[in-house]
Amino acid sequence: MADMSATLAQRNALMARKLLIIAGMMGCFGLALVPFYRQICEVTGISQSRIVAQSASGSVDPTRDVTVEFVASNSNGLGWTFEALNPIVQVHPGQQTTVRYRVVNTTGHRVVGQAVPSYAPSQAAPYFKKLKCFCFDQQTFAAGEARDMQVVFVVEPDLPTDISRISLSYTFFDVTAESGGKS
Amino acid sequence: MEASHAHAHDDHHHAPTGLARYFTTTNHKDIGSMYMWFSLIMFFVGGFMALVIRAELFQPGIQIVNPDVFNQLTTIHALVMIFGAVMPAFVGFANWQIPLMVGASDMAFARMNNWSFWLMPPAATLLVGSFLVPGGAAGSGWTLYPPLSIQGGISVDMTILAVHIMGASSIMGSINIITTILNMRAPGMTLMRMPMFVWTWLITAYLLIAVMPVLAGAVTMLLTDRHFGTHFFNAAGGGDPTMFMHIFWFFGHPEVYIMILPAFGIISHIIPTFARKQLFGYSSMVYATASIALLSFIVWGHHMFTVGMPAAGNLFFMYATMLIAVPTGVKVFNWIATMWRGSITFETPMLFAVGFVSLFTIGGFSGLVLAVTPVDITLHNTYYVVAHFHYVLFSGAIFSIMGGAYYWLPKWTGHMYDETLGKLHFWLTAISFNITFFPQHFLGLAGMPRRIPDYAPQFTEFNQISSIGAFLLGFSQLLFLYVVIKCIRGGAKAEAKAWEGAEGLEWTVPSPAPYHTFETPPQFH
Repeated sequence: MADMSATLAQRNALMARKLLIIAGMMGCFGLALVPFYRQICEVTGISQSRIVAQSASGSVDPTRDVTVEFVASNSNGLGWTFEALNPIVQVHPGQQTTVRYRVVNTTGHRVVGQAVPSYAPSQAAPYFKKLKCFCFDQQTFAAGEARDMQVVFVVEPDLPTDISRISLSYTFFDVTAESGGKS
Repeated sequence: MEASHAHAHDDHHHAPTGLARYFTTTNHKDIGSMYMWFSLIMFFVGGFMALVIRAELFQPGIQIVNPDVFNQLTTIHALVMIFGAVMPAFVGFANWQIPLMVGASDMAFARMNNWSFWLMPPAATLLVGSFLVPGGAAGSGWTLYPPLSIQGGISVDMTILAVHIMGASSIMGSINIITTILNMRAPGMTLMRMPMFVWTWLITAYLLIAVMPVLAGAVTMLLTDRHFGTHFFNAAGGGDPTMFMHIFWFFGHPEVYIMILPAFGIISHIIPTFARKQLFGYSSMVYATASIALLSFIVWGHHMFTVGMPAAGNLFFMYATMLIAVPTGVKVFNWIATMWRGSITFETPMLFAVGFVSLFTIGGFSGLVLAVTPVDITLHNTYYVVAHFHYVLFSGAIFSIMGGAYYWLPKWTGHMYDETLGKLHFWLTAISFNITFFPQHFLGLAGMPRRIPDYAPQFTEFNQISSIGAFLLGFSQLLFLYVVIKCIRGGAKAEAKAWEGAEGLEWTVPSPAPYHTFETPPQFH
């Protein structure tokens, strides 16, 4: 109504342009959700995919016991066996612990795998510090190769007291195609 | 039909006839009719898939389809019903009714309107045709969650492309609807005097423009994960499948209201007409609709209470979801207050409207149950959820579409439909609907998971009741098709104002509405 001299067709075209811009902005907003989501996960510490070595802090709390379960699974189509050799361990918060996983490449060819960790409950993730882990790097296995791999971890003493059991699940993904020349 | 043909020839000497008329038409009434027919065809296609699902679930064990095909049927049934049946039906109503209700001669962008419609059949062909490619249709569920949607075959690409095309169609349709409503109302029709159906569609169209691009972005990222080596959702490369759920439901929850707000609009016309009273609380209806639309953007997390969000997140989404019950309750009470002490008659549209108010409210309450995080953690992915969303989508959206079709058929065709058959259709639908979906609440509470072709034997009886109801419900809809065809071909002559208590500009033009209406804007009082 601001510009009465404009014809209806002109006013309609202007409106369509405005609405298209809104649609375009919402499209950008949808894509912006990706970095925004990662940021939120980082800030709140619920990121499931932190795969960098951390250093432990704090002292051992011998009065508390935490049960840690280790789970191993393969994603679709990865033809090797993957198992946790220490499926359940009891630790004190602050105590440095080592567990091992074993992979046997039962396929007839070289396979490159990437393990991705996942925590349950997810609230425990920020308190679970890994000093050493096979998930930090891609793992290459020659045909028929078997190897044991380590996870060195510390459960932080400030773990909320209502968490007494943590499950850590590793899923191996086949990244042979993407790793290309690297071996 | 014959009459409108003749009329078209009188007025416009170069209007093409026959099939070409429908390919090239820019007339909002033609396009509205095409949307309605498209929607009805897709309703039967999706319904056929539902009946195969119910036939498989008649007994425990695998009888008719293998689990892969079962998953494909649940996926495509949902996509066809949402994007092929419910949404196009409401767009069909919008095309027919909005220009008539606001006193405009046509939609703002008549050619774009033609294109919006003709994008739909190719998209539907991609969707339904994906059953024929190697590996069968997408079986990831309509939500297209990774990793399943990343691992699937070419049919997933066809589904993604179909979603893109239908999204583009929806955005163009929405631009058309908003521009028509905001720029082309008859003199005297201020925003707060617009018919409720126009209001609900104005808000729905804004929702579509806001969330369809987000869905397009999400499925595009799926596509690049599948083919171009990106890792948005692919955990192997550091992506996060949970992120897809967040982005998808940021679209998905407003989408739920896209499928129900126009229904609220239709019901807000039918009830005052047959109660012969003004709509109770018009302005509160407008504000309630707007509040529901705004709240729909901050409740997506209630679809994913079980993915491991922090407790604060779960609590926020729980309370925000419960808050939606307030404006929805305002609307339900307003409809009841409109009927209160009215001179009610129960013609078929009113039966569907009353059925809507009662059954949609059941679906709303089961939604409130599911909003409670600890309860949802138990009921997530069970048949309780299936029962809930069929109560809001079938006895909500579809009942309003059926009721609206009976209500405006006299205006569209110039004939009264067969009232006896219409009432029979309503009662068959309402009864068989409850036979189908009410037992599913019990199945869900007892722990039967959804999207699984087999089940434990103790669920057999309720599943058999549900399947029998489903076949009754499905075949009852053939009666609707018969009534519509019969009404188009003949019947008692409808007056301009086909219903005694009807109000609005659409009832001031003759029935059937001439091919061209309101060439000069009417004065709205």
